[in-house]
Amino acid sequence: MHYLDIIFRSVFIENLPLSFFLGMCTFLAISKQVKAALGLGLAVLVLTAITVPLNNFLLNTLFKAGALAWLGQPDIDLSFLGLMIYIATIAAIVQVLEMVLDRFVPALYNTLGIFLPLLTVNCAILGASLFMVERDYTFLESAAYGFGAGAGFLLAVVALAGIREKCEYATPPKGLRGLGMTFITAGLMAMAFMGLAGMRL
Amino acid sequence: MAETRKELLLRSIFKRNPIALLVLGICSALAVTGQMSTALVMAICVTLVTAFSSLTISIVRFQIPSTVRIGIQIMVIATLVIIVDQILKAFYYELSKQLSIFVGLIITNCIVMGRAEGYAMSNPPISSFIDGIANGLGYGFVLMTISFVRELFGSGTIFGIEILKLVTHDGWYVPNGMLVLPASAFFLIALLIWVIRTLDPEQQEKN
Repeated sequence: MHYLDIIFRSVFIENLPLSFFLGMCTFLAISKQVKAALGLGLAVLVLTAITVPLNNFLLNTLFKAGALAWLGQPDIDLSFLGLMIYIATIAAIVQVLEMVLDRFVPALYNTLGIFLPLLTVNCAILGASLFMVERDYTFLESAAYGFGAGAGFLLAVVALAGIREKCEYATPPKGLRGLGMTFITAGLMAMAFMGLAGMRL
Repeated sequence: MAETRKELLLRSIFKRNPIALLVLGICSALAVTGQMSTALVMAICVTLVTAFSSLTISIVRFQIPSTVRIGIQIMVIATLVIIVDQILKAFYYELSKQLSIFVGLIITNCIVMGRAEGYAMSNPPISSFIDGIANGLGYGFVLMTISFVRELFGSGTIFGIEILKLVTHDGWYVPNGMLVLPASAFFLIALLIWVIRTLDPEQQEKN
Protein backbone atom coordinates (compact mmCIF):
# COMPACT_ATOMS: atom_id res chain seq x y z
CA MET A 1 0.00 0.00 0.00
CA HIS A 2 2.85 2.31 0.90
CA TYR A 3 4.41 1.76 -2.53
CA LEU A 4 1.10 2.31 -4.29
CA ASP A 5 0.83 5.58 -2.42
CA ILE A 6 4.28 6.67 -3.65
CA ILE A 7 3.36 5.80 -7.23
CA PHE A 8 0.01 7.57 -7.01
CA ARG A 9 1.58 10.67 -5.52
CA SER A 10 4.36 10.88 -8.07
CA VAL A 11 1.97 10.40 -11.00
CA PHE A 12 -0.79 12.80 -10.04
CA ILE A 13 0.07 15.11 -7.18
CA GLU A 14 3.79 15.67 -7.61
CA ASN A 15 3.72 15.40 -11.37
CA LEU A 16 7.22 16.30 -12.58
CA PRO A 17 6.42 18.62 -15.50
CA LEU A 18 3.24 20.14 -14.14
CA SER A 19 4.07 20.85 -10.53
CA PHE A 20 7.87 20.97 -10.49
CA PHE A 21 8.43 22.13 -14.08
CA LEU A 22 11.01 19.46 -14.73
CA GLY A 23 11.73 18.35 -18.26
CA MET A 24 10.05 21.47 -19.61
CA CYS A 25 12.25 21.86 -22.67
CA THR A 26 11.35 18.48 -24.13
CA PHE A 27 7.83 18.70 -22.70
CA LEU A 28 7.14 21.84 -24.74
CA ALA A 29 9.19 20.95 -27.80
CA ILE A 30 7.89 17.44 -28.44
CA SER A 31 4.18 17.76 -27.82
CA LYS A 32 2.92 18.74 -31.24
CA GLN A 33 1.67 15.26 -32.07
CA VAL A 34 0.34 12.54 -29.82
CA LYS A 35 2.41 9.86 -31.53
CA ALA A 36 5.75 11.55 -30.94
CA ALA A 37 4.72 12.50 -27.43
CA LEU A 38 3.91 8.88 -26.67
CA GLY A 39 7.37 7.77 -27.82
CA LEU A 40 9.08 10.42 -25.74
CA GLY A 41 6.96 9.64 -22.69
CA LEU A 42 7.77 5.93 -22.95
CA ALA A 43 11.49 6.68 -23.22
CA VAL A 44 11.31 8.83 -20.09
CA LEU A 45 9.34 6.14 -18.24
CA VAL A 46 11.92 3.46 -19.08
CA LEU A 47 14.82 5.70 -18.11
CA THR A 48 13.49 6.91 -14.76
CA ALA A 49 12.37 3.40 -13.85
CA ILE A 50 15.97 2.19 -14.38
CA THR A 51 18.11 5.12 -13.26
CA VAL A 52 16.37 6.11 -10.02
CA PRO A 53 16.75 2.71 -8.30
CA LEU A 54 20.24 2.32 -9.77
CA ASN A 55 21.36 5.68 -8.41
CA ASN A 56 19.80 4.77 -5.08
CA PHE A 57 21.80 1.54 -5.03
CA LEU A 58 25.05 3.36 -5.88
CA LEU A 59 24.37 6.01 -3.27
CA ASN A 60 23.73 3.48 -0.52
CA THR A 61 26.64 1.18 -1.29
CA LEU A 62 29.32 3.69 -2.30
CA PHE A 63 28.72 7.34 -1.54
CA LYS A 64 26.70 7.90 1.59
CA ALA A 65 28.48 8.80 4.82
CA GLY A 66 29.73 5.49 6.20
CA ALA A 67 28.57 3.54 3.15
CA LEU A 68 32.07 2.27 2.50
CA ALA A 69 32.10 0.40 5.83
CA TRP A 70 32.10 -2.88 3.91
CA LEU A 71 35.54 -1.91 2.59
CA GLY A 72 36.74 -1.18 6.12
CA GLN A 73 36.54 2.60 5.56
CA PRO A 74 33.62 3.81 7.70
CA ASP A 75 34.84 7.43 7.83
CA ILE A 76 34.69 8.24 4.15
CA ASP A 77 31.82 10.45 2.97
CA LEU A 78 31.67 10.85 -0.78
CA SER A 79 28.15 12.25 -0.99
CA PHE A 80 29.43 15.53 -2.48
CA LEU A 81 30.29 13.59 -5.63
CA GLY A 82 26.61 12.68 -5.99
CA LEU A 83 25.66 15.07 -8.77
CA MET A 84 28.45 13.86 -11.01
CA ILE A 85 27.62 10.21 -10.38
CA TYR A 86 23.91 10.61 -11.12
CA ILE A 87 24.48 12.33 -14.41
CA ALA A 88 27.16 9.80 -15.38
CA THR A 89 24.79 6.91 -14.56
CA ILE A 90 22.07 8.48 -16.66
CA ALA A 91 24.39 9.08 -19.60
CA ALA A 92 25.69 5.51 -19.39
CA ILE A 93 22.20 3.97 -19.19
CA VAL A 94 21.07 6.03 -22.17
CA GLN A 95 24.01 4.74 -24.18
CA VAL A 96 23.49 1.11 -23.14
CA LEU A 97 19.74 1.27 -23.74
CA GLU A 98 20.34 2.69 -27.19
CA MET A 99 22.69 -0.13 -28.15
CA VAL A 100 20.52 -2.88 -26.67
CA LEU A 101 17.37 -1.62 -28.37
CA ASP A 102 19.17 -1.20 -31.68
CA ARG A 103 20.46 -4.78 -31.52
CA PHE A 104 17.40 -6.64 -30.22
CA VAL A 105 14.25 -4.58 -30.71
CA PRO A 106 14.79 -2.47 -33.85
CA ALA A 107 11.10 -1.57 -34.09
CA LEU A 108 11.13 0.02 -30.66
CA TYR A 109 14.49 1.63 -31.39
CA ASN A 110 13.01 3.38 -34.39
CA THR A 111 10.24 4.88 -32.25
CA LEU A 112 12.30 5.81 -29.21
CA GLY A 113 15.67 6.19 -30.90
CA ILE A 114 15.68 9.88 -31.64
CA PHE A 115 14.55 10.81 -28.13
CA LEU A 116 17.05 8.78 -26.16
CA PRO A 117 20.19 10.91 -26.63
CA LEU A 118 18.16 14.03 -25.86
CA LEU A 119 17.15 12.61 -22.54
CA THR A 120 20.65 12.63 -21.04
CA VAL A 121 20.22 16.32 -20.39
CA ASN A 122 16.53 16.17 -19.51
CA CYS A 123 15.95 17.66 -16.08
CA ALA A 124 13.04 15.32 -15.37
CA ILE A 125 15.37 12.31 -15.28
CA LEU A 126 18.06 13.95 -13.15
CA GLY A 127 15.37 15.63 -11.07
CA ALA A 128 13.76 12.28 -10.25
CA SER A 129 17.10 11.01 -8.96
CA LEU A 130 17.69 14.16 -6.91
CA PHE A 131 14.24 13.97 -5.34
CA MET A 132 14.97 10.34 -4.49
CA VAL A 133 18.10 11.50 -2.60
CA GLU A 134 16.37 14.40 -0.91
CA ARG A 135 13.54 12.22 0.37
CA ASP A 136 15.80 9.42 1.53
CA TYR A 137 13.90 6.63 -0.22
CA THR A 138 14.86 3.00 0.32
CA PHE A 139 15.67 0.86 -2.71
CA LEU A 140 12.12 -0.43 -3.22
CA GLU A 141 10.58 2.98 -2.59
CA SER A 142 12.94 4.48 -5.13
CA ALA A 143 11.93 1.86 -7.70
CA ALA A 144 8.27 2.76 -7.13
CA TYR A 145 9.09 6.45 -7.30
CA GLY A 146 11.11 6.11 -10.52
CA PHE A 147 8.25 4.29 -12.19
CA GLY A 148 5.64 6.74 -10.93
CA ALA A 149 7.62 9.82 -11.93
CA GLY A 150 8.11 8.49 -15.46
CA ALA A 151 4.45 7.51 -15.75
CA GLY A 152 3.47 11.00 -14.63
CA PHE A 153 5.61 12.55 -17.34
CA LEU A 154 4.12 10.20 -19.95
CA LEU A 155 0.58 11.12 -18.88
CA ALA A 156 1.25 14.86 -18.91
CA VAL A 157 3.06 14.98 -22.25
CA VAL A 158 0.46 12.84 -24.04
CA ALA A 159 -2.38 14.92 -22.60
CA LEU A 160 -0.71 18.17 -23.65
CA ALA A 161 -0.10 16.81 -27.15
CA GLY A 162 -3.76 15.80 -27.37
CA ILE A 163 -4.90 19.29 -26.45
CA ARG A 164 -2.43 20.91 -28.86
CA GLU A 165 -3.67 18.73 -31.72
CA LYS A 166 -7.21 19.88 -31.01
CA CYS A 167 -6.08 23.53 -30.92
CA GLU A 168 -4.34 23.29 -34.28
CA TYR A 169 -7.01 25.30 -36.09
CA ALA A 170 -7.59 27.96 -33.45
CA THR A 171 -6.41 31.47 -34.26
CA PRO A 172 -4.86 33.15 -31.22
CA PRO A 173 -3.25 36.61 -31.48
CA LYS A 174 -0.08 36.53 -33.60
CA GLY A 175 2.36 37.06 -30.74
CA LEU A 176 0.88 34.17 -28.77
CA ARG A 177 1.03 31.59 -31.55
CA GLY A 178 3.00 28.45 -30.87
CA LEU A 179 5.01 28.81 -27.70
CA GLY A 180 2.76 31.28 -25.92
CA MET A 181 -0.37 29.16 -26.36
CA THR A 182 1.50 26.04 -25.30
CA PHE A 183 2.50 27.74 -22.07
CA ILE A 184 -1.06 28.78 -21.33
CA THR A 185 -2.36 25.28 -22.07
CA ALA A 186 0.26 23.78 -19.77
CA GLY A 187 -0.69 26.30 -17.08
CA LEU A 188 -4.34 25.30 -17.27
CA MET A 189 -3.34 21.63 -17.07
CA ALA A 190 -1.20 22.37 -14.02
CA MET A 191 -4.20 23.97 -12.34
CA ALA A 192 -6.36 20.97 -13.15
CA PHE A 193 -3.76 18.65 -11.66
CA MET A 194 -3.67 20.76 -8.50
CA GLY A 195 -7.22 19.69 -7.86
CA LEU A 196 -5.77 16.30 -6.90
CA ALA A 197 -3.51 17.73 -4.21
CA GLY A 198 -3.98 16.34 -0.75
CA MET A 199 -5.39 13.02 -1.94
CA ARG A 200 -3.83 9.95 -0.37
CA LEU A 201 -4.33 6.29 -0.98
CA MET B 1 35.63 39.32 -34.78
CA ALA B 2 32.67 41.16 -36.16
CA GLU B 3 31.00 42.01 -32.88
CA THR B 4 32.48 44.16 -30.16
CA ARG B 5 32.35 42.83 -26.64
CA LYS B 6 29.61 45.24 -25.67
CA GLU B 7 27.38 44.04 -28.48
CA LEU B 8 28.10 40.49 -27.46
CA LEU B 9 26.95 41.29 -23.93
CA LEU B 10 23.78 43.15 -24.86
CA ARG B 11 22.69 40.79 -27.61
CA SER B 12 22.05 37.85 -25.32
CA ILE B 13 20.20 39.90 -22.73
CA PHE B 14 17.54 41.39 -24.98
CA LYS B 15 17.65 40.42 -28.64
CA ARG B 16 18.45 36.76 -28.23
CA ASN B 17 17.20 36.14 -24.74
CA PRO B 18 17.79 32.46 -23.92
CA ILE B 19 14.41 31.95 -22.26
CA ALA B 20 12.03 34.04 -24.32
CA LEU B 21 13.35 33.35 -27.81
CA LEU B 22 15.35 30.16 -27.65
CA VAL B 23 13.19 28.43 -24.99
CA LEU B 24 16.15 27.16 -23.03
CA GLY B 25 16.29 26.61 -19.30
CA ILE B 26 12.58 26.94 -18.69
CA CYS B 27 12.37 24.39 -15.90
CA SER B 28 14.16 26.34 -13.23
CA ALA B 29 12.81 29.64 -14.53
CA LEU B 30 9.36 28.55 -13.45
CA ALA B 31 10.19 26.74 -10.26
CA VAL B 32 12.26 29.27 -8.32
CA THR B 33 10.35 32.44 -9.15
CA GLY B 34 7.93 32.36 -6.21
CA GLN B 35 10.22 34.69 -4.25
CA MET B 36 12.68 37.26 -5.48
CA SER B 37 15.49 36.16 -3.18
CA THR B 38 15.56 32.58 -4.49
CA ALA B 39 15.28 33.84 -8.05
CA LEU B 40 18.24 36.17 -7.51
CA VAL B 41 20.42 33.45 -6.02
CA MET B 42 19.48 31.10 -8.84
CA ALA B 43 20.30 33.75 -11.45
CA ILE B 44 23.71 34.38 -9.86
CA CYS B 45 24.49 30.66 -9.72
CA VAL B 46 23.52 30.11 -13.34
CA THR B 47 25.50 33.15 -14.49
CA LEU B 48 28.62 31.97 -12.68
CA VAL B 49 28.32 28.39 -13.90
CA THR B 50 27.65 29.42 -17.50
CA ALA B 51 30.51 31.93 -17.53
CA PHE B 52 33.11 29.61 -16.02
CA SER B 53 32.05 26.51 -17.93
CA SER B 54 32.25 28.49 -21.19
CA LEU B 55 35.68 29.79 -20.16
CA THR B 56 36.99 26.34 -19.21
CA ILE B 57 35.64 24.59 -22.25
CA SER B 58 36.88 27.33 -24.54
CA ILE B 59 40.41 27.04 -23.10
CA VAL B 60 40.58 23.29 -23.71
CA ARG B 61 38.53 23.29 -26.90
CA PHE B 62 41.41 22.13 -29.10
CA GLN B 63 42.16 19.20 -26.81
CA ILE B 64 38.60 17.82 -26.71
CA PRO B 65 38.02 14.95 -29.17
CA SER B 66 34.72 15.63 -30.88
CA THR B 67 33.34 12.13 -30.24
CA VAL B 68 33.27 12.53 -26.47
CA ARG B 69 32.74 16.26 -26.25
CA ILE B 70 29.26 16.12 -24.71
CA GLY B 71 30.53 13.90 -21.91
CA ILE B 72 33.45 16.23 -21.21
CA GLN B 73 31.19 19.29 -21.23
CA ILE B 74 28.83 17.64 -18.77
CA MET B 75 31.70 16.74 -16.46
CA VAL B 76 33.06 20.32 -16.50
CA ILE B 77 29.58 21.68 -15.77
CA ALA B 78 28.88 19.08 -13.07
CA THR B 79 32.13 19.97 -11.31
CA LEU B 80 31.26 23.66 -11.29
CA VAL B 81 27.74 22.96 -10.07
CA ILE B 82 29.09 20.81 -7.23
CA ILE B 83 31.33 23.71 -6.17
CA VAL B 84 28.40 26.16 -6.22
CA ASP B 85 26.19 23.67 -4.37
CA GLN B 86 28.78 23.07 -1.65
CA ILE B 87 29.36 26.83 -1.19
CA LEU B 88 25.61 27.42 -0.83
CA LYS B 89 25.28 24.57 1.66
CA ALA B 90 28.21 25.87 3.70
CA PHE B 91 27.32 29.56 3.91
CA TYR B 92 23.63 29.96 2.99
CA TYR B 93 22.05 26.79 4.30
CA GLU B 94 18.50 28.18 4.48
CA LEU B 95 18.58 29.33 0.88
CA SER B 96 20.00 26.04 -0.33
CA LYS B 97 17.13 24.23 1.41
CA GLN B 98 14.61 26.47 -0.36
CA LEU B 99 16.22 25.98 -3.74
CA SER B 100 16.02 22.26 -3.01
CA ILE B 101 17.10 20.23 -6.02
CA PHE B 102 17.19 23.11 -8.44
CA VAL B 103 20.85 23.97 -7.88
CA GLY B 104 21.72 20.42 -8.91
CA LEU B 105 19.52 20.79 -11.93
CA ILE B 106 21.74 23.57 -13.31
CA ILE B 107 23.71 20.66 -14.78
CA THR B 108 20.88 19.88 -17.13
CA ASN B 109 19.95 23.51 -17.70
CA CYS B 110 20.02 23.77 -21.46
CA ILE B 111 21.45 27.31 -21.35
CA VAL B 112 24.74 26.12 -19.91
CA MET B 113 25.08 23.18 -22.32
CA GLY B 114 23.80 25.27 -25.21
CA ARG B 115 26.41 27.99 -24.71
CA ALA B 116 29.18 25.47 -24.20
CA GLU B 117 28.30 23.56 -27.34
CA GLY B 118 27.09 26.46 -29.46
CA TYR B 119 29.58 29.18 -28.60
CA ALA B 120 32.51 28.17 -26.41
CA MET B 121 33.58 25.25 -28.64
CA SER B 122 34.37 27.61 -31.50
CA ASN B 123 35.40 30.90 -29.87
CA PRO B 124 38.34 32.22 -27.83
CA PRO B 125 38.17 32.14 -24.00
CA ILE B 126 37.52 35.82 -23.24
CA SER B 127 34.57 36.15 -25.64
CA SER B 128 33.17 32.85 -24.38
CA PHE B 129 33.38 34.12 -20.82
CA ILE B 130 31.51 37.31 -21.75
CA ASP B 131 28.97 35.31 -23.73
CA GLY B 132 28.40 33.09 -20.70
CA ILE B 133 27.87 36.10 -18.42
CA ALA B 134 25.53 37.72 -20.94
CA ASN B 135 23.37 34.63 -21.23
CA GLY B 136 23.28 34.27 -17.48
CA LEU B 137 22.15 37.89 -17.21
CA GLY B 138 19.49 37.39 -19.86
CA TYR B 139 18.22 34.43 -17.88
CA GLY B 140 18.37 36.46 -14.67
CA PHE B 141 16.45 39.30 -16.31
CA VAL B 142 13.48 37.07 -17.09
CA LEU B 143 13.69 35.39 -13.70
CA MET B 144 13.65 38.69 -11.85
CA THR B 145 10.74 40.06 -13.90
CA ILE B 146 8.58 37.03 -13.23
CA SER B 147 9.47 36.72 -9.56
CA PHE B 148 8.85 40.46 -9.09
CA VAL B 149 5.25 40.09 -10.27
CA ARG B 150 4.72 36.83 -8.42
CA GLU B 151 6.07 38.00 -5.09
CA LEU B 152 4.58 41.51 -5.18
CA PHE B 153 1.05 40.48 -6.04
CA GLY B 154 1.14 36.98 -4.59
CA SER B 155 2.33 37.86 -1.11
CA GLY B 156 2.68 41.65 -1.11
CA THR B 157 6.42 41.67 -0.50
CA ILE B 158 9.66 42.30 -2.39
CA PHE B 159 12.74 40.47 -1.14
CA GLY B 160 10.65 39.62 1.93
CA ILE B 161 10.02 43.31 2.77
CA GLU B 162 6.35 44.20 2.96
CA ILE B 163 5.33 46.68 0.24
CA LEU B 164 1.58 46.17 -0.04
CA LYS B 165 0.13 45.87 3.44
CA LEU B 166 -1.78 42.59 3.71
CA VAL B 167 -5.28 42.26 5.09
CA THR B 168 -3.98 39.67 7.55
CA HIS B 169 -1.65 42.36 8.98
CA ASP B 170 -4.42 44.98 9.29
CA GLY B 171 -3.65 46.36 5.82
CA TRP B 172 -5.75 46.75 2.71
CA TYR B 173 -4.25 44.34 0.18
CA VAL B 174 -5.88 40.96 -0.38
CA PRO B 175 -3.11 38.80 -1.85
CA ASN B 176 -3.76 36.95 -5.07
CA GLY B 177 -3.09 33.42 -3.92
CA MET B 178 -2.94 32.05 -7.45
CA LEU B 179 0.34 33.83 -8.12
CA VAL B 180 2.06 31.82 -5.41
CA LEU B 181 1.02 28.59 -7.12
CA PRO B 182 3.27 27.08 -9.77
CA ALA B 183 0.60 27.35 -12.48
CA SER B 184 0.78 31.14 -12.51
CA ALA B 185 4.39 31.04 -13.72
CA PHE B 186 3.17 29.41 -16.94
CA PHE B 187 0.75 32.27 -17.57
CA LEU B 188 3.30 34.95 -16.74
CA ILE B 189 5.89 33.51 -19.11
CA ALA B 190 3.22 33.23 -21.81
CA LEU B 191 2.35 36.91 -21.32
CA LEU B 192 6.02 37.89 -21.35
CA ILE B 193 6.55 36.01 -24.61
CA TRP B 194 3.45 37.70 -26.02
CA VAL B 195 4.82 41.15 -25.14
CA ILE B 196 8.29 40.45 -26.54
CA ARG B 197 6.92 38.98 -29.75
CA THR B 198 4.49 41.82 -30.28
CA LEU B 199 7.31 44.34 -29.92
CA ASP B 200 9.56 42.33 -32.20
CA PRO B 201 7.40 40.65 -34.89
CA GLU B 202 10.43 38.82 -36.32
CA GLN B 203 10.19 36.37 -33.44
CA GLN B 204 6.60 35.34 -34.18
CA GLU B 205 5.97 31.75 -35.19
CA LYS B 206 4.32 30.94 -38.48
CA ASN B 207 1.25 28.80 -38.28
